Amino acid sequence: MPRIRRELYSKEICACSIFGAMNRDSERFTGAGVMKAIANMHVRGNGLGGGFAAYGIYPQYKDYYAFHLMFTGKSPQAKLSAKKELDAFLCQKFDVVYDEEIPHGDEATVSDPPLVWRYFVLPKKQGEDPSLSDEDYIVENIMLVNTRIENAHVFSSGKNMGCFKGVGYPEDIGEYFMLDKLYSAYAWTAHGRFPTNTQAWWGGAHPFSLLDTTIVHNGEISSYGTNRWYLEMYGYACTLQTDTEVIAYAADLLMRRQKLPIEIVAKILAPPIWDAIDQMNEKEKKLLTTLRMVYAPLLMNGPFALIIGQTGRMIGLTDRIRLRPITAATRGEMFYLSSEEASIRLISPQLDRVWTPNGGEPVIGELNSMRKVLQ
Amino acid sequence: MKSFVFPEFQIIRDEEKCGQCRGCERQCAFGTHTYDPVQDRLISDDYKCVGCQRCVIFCPKNAIVVRPTPSFYRPNASWSREKLEDLKKQAETGGVILTGCGSDKPFRIYWDHIVLNASQVTNPSIDPLREPMELRTFLGAKPDMMDISAKDGDVEIKTKLSPNLMVQTPILFSAMSYGAISYNAFRSLATAACKSGTYFNTGEGGLPREMREEFGRCAIVQVASGRFGIDAEYLNCAQAVEIKVGQGAKPGIGGHLPGEKVSAAVAETRMIPMGTDAISPAPHHDIYSIEDLSMLIFALKEATNYEKPISVKIAAVHNFAAIASGIVRAGADIIAIDGLRGGTGAAPKAIRDNVGIPIELAISSLDRRLRREGIRNRCSIVAAGGIRCSSDVIKAIALGADAVYIGSAALIAMGCTLCQKCYTGKCNWGICTQDPRLSGRLNVDIASQRLSNLITAWSHEISEMLGGMGINALESLRGNRDHLRGVGLYEWELDVLGIKGAGE
Ligand code: SF4
Ligand code: SF4
Repeated sequence: MPRIRRELYSKEICACSIFGAMNRDSERFTGAGVMKAIANMHVRGNGLGGGFAAYGIYPQYKDYYAFHLMFTGKSPQAKLSAKKELDAFLCQKFDVVYDEEIPHGDEATVSDPPLVWRYFVLPKKQGEDPSLSDEDYIVENIMLVNTRIENAHVFSSGKNMGCFKGVGYPEDIGEYFMLDKLYSAYAWTAHGRFPTNTQAWWGGAHPFSLLDTTIVHNGEISSYGTNRWYLEMYGYACTLQTDTEVIAYAADLLMRRQKLPIEIVAKILAPPIWDAIDQMNEKEKKLLTTLRMVYAPLLMNGPFALIIGQTGRMIGLTDRIRLRPITAATRGEMFYLSSEEASIRLISPQLDRVWTPNGGEPVIGELNSMRKVLQ
Repeated sequence: MKSFVFPEFQIIRDEEKCGQCRGCERQCAFGTHTYDPVQDRLISDDYKCVGCQRCVIFCPKNAIVVRPTPSFYRPNASWSREKLEDLKKQAETGGVILTGCGSDKPFRIYWDHIVLNASQVTNPSIDPLREPMELRTFLGAKPDMMDISAKDGDVEIKTKLSPNLMVQTPILFSAMSYGAISYNAFRSLATAACKSGTYFNTGEGGLPREMREEFGRCAIVQVASGRFGIDAEYLNCAQAVEIKVGQGAKPGIGGHLPGEKVSAAVAETRMIPMGTDAISPAPHHDIYSIEDLSMLIFALKEATNYEKPISVKIAAVHNFAAIASGIVRAGADIIAIDGLRGGTGAAPKAIRDNVGIPIELAISSLDRRLRREGIRNRCSIVAAGGIRCSSDVIKAIALGADAVYIGSAALIAMGCTLCQKCYTGKCNWGICTQDPRLSGRLNVDIASQRLSNLITAWSHEISEMLGGMGINALESLRGNRDHLRGVGLYEWELDVLGIKGAGE
């Protein structure tokens, strides 16, 4: 029997800024304000990663899964050959209705950009288990691309949404992809990154996403090793060497596959402490005890604040002892989440309500009506 | 026949200090010290001394020193003194060399080659004196997912859950049977377990009837190949049932409690005639295959109305991980694995020192195996055999164990000095004996206090180390090899442990 090599992986450590803005009436707006807000937290990043997730940007292709692909490599030829390999794979597994290079500005303004391409696709299942849902099929194939095809990396895969990210300050990345001019979304999340190790590659920037779930995250997950093995049991290959990836997969497992509501998911990722649980009424105590017992390996330990984006929703969550707080605010139909209040005030000086949620308590912004998005 | 083996220990008595109180004479059950009225002085027979240090500690004048004898055979790397003497003893008796305790051979102790992580800057360490630090652990099967129905904020759990044991700290007392150990030692373990929010394991010798009501709530009862002391009440008064298949100190062989240790009370508890040898066969004679084991697991689940987790204890041997995975599929809720250094009351030395694998490697390969097969959540792993301190516990957990069993460590807390003479039934510390004069030396209140102090101390240390890593719940360390690094290990050892080398 061949020896099993030890599981060597290195976890990346970073501190960051996060921001999110949503119009609960589904009015769409450009990325200009969000870019301004995240730029205000410039010093929380160090230019080694920035990114955005935008919801509602592809109304003309809203029924298709929008894949954003990154092809890396030392030379343009290497990138193209990765693309060729990917194209062959994609044509076999999906019907591609439209594809194009994602428009961008001058390549000289950013460092070492990969070739970034988008494909609008539908699954082309052949001989697969008929009970396999479209979404499971897509997740499976994304895992295949990201682990098997060298230099090709799917970094966005939901319907009517997309991620844009890269190495640089978030405002530079926003400008590179012209988010303030080309796209309007009903919800935006943004991230500025401060990794303490220098390895900088475009795929390592936030948001991390799977289908329409995106995560921007500030903090470090000290339970990474535990979370990772648990998710691996459910078929998630953690390839990006960053702890944010495990949150994205945990959200996918719990919310999409196991259909647990976000309130319950929050209690799994950042549960109350036992002393508090022991004081609760019998019913709550039973529920929370069971959740902690069953999902112990998904508890996210260590300091974190994160924003989960999903179709029609934006959720903020901090770790159970609030080592990384987040600020939430509303103004009319606008809903904001930010590492710092000042960034919210910068783009919306008047606010109806501003608050700092407790550790482990999710703040949820939802569209007043989902119809506009889906129709 | 004249024995050609010279004494192991040398007893030196400071005649100036000695007050001829004859305390040492009374303390030693092996008859080492005698009073000579003619000379009015104490005489010691080095041949009889087992090195348990009881007299040394209890001499009111501090007059005794017991030390290894300076006598030696001509040094020889191949023929060590131990090899030479064991051979001579066998030439003199024609018997198997018996011993007690865990192996004392210098197999690599991996705990001592693994270092822990701590937070610096990017992730604040947590001060356990100011912040909650959670060591609570659940042992048993967990479902793959939870199905719930939520209506207007009212959440109902629809998934059927398996019973789990809740421990406040991941340290349990390992199986030590009444019969092998004294009633007082047994009761001290039970008392301390209840006090500390953990469990003691009855071992295979039954649970005395009068203890069931009071201590059942913190008992794990064992069903072993001898089937001693088992009835419906025994199974149901406890919180979990453990099927003992193997033991780290003597994998592959059974047990033998000599008739002299089967007192009236032991006989009653074990449900055997007084004074008869209690023999546990090597295999369970109703388990010759994994299907048979599954039948026993479900028979016990039936007998306990599916309200108690069923544990299966096996010795860590070469291909145990594959076997353990079969055991999980056979329905076990907990797998207890006992490593090479696991203790015992009596075992043939050849087996104790040569069979099995170190627990550190075993934990890691079992955890990995179950994860790869996607069934890690369907059972808990309790690791035993060679846990000496709180950092061993925390490393075991980071390697993938859910909790640990401590045996020798608990005995040491009560006074044991690892003299390895448990099989003689003459333990001077009142632990491994049925002689009322000796067992009376162990005071249940004091011994149980020492045990719960130990659990408290280790739990504090575990909290301290966890906080240092920036983790405030033990569950976030389980299988989290990221927080471990190896020092001075070969590549293959790092591979099996699944950890990086220090600095990597
Ligand atoms: S116990 Fe100490 S003082 Fe008493 S007789 Fe023995 S050696 Fe002397
Ligand atoms: S229990 Fe008693 S006989 Fe056994 S090793 Fe410890 S001190 Fe010696």
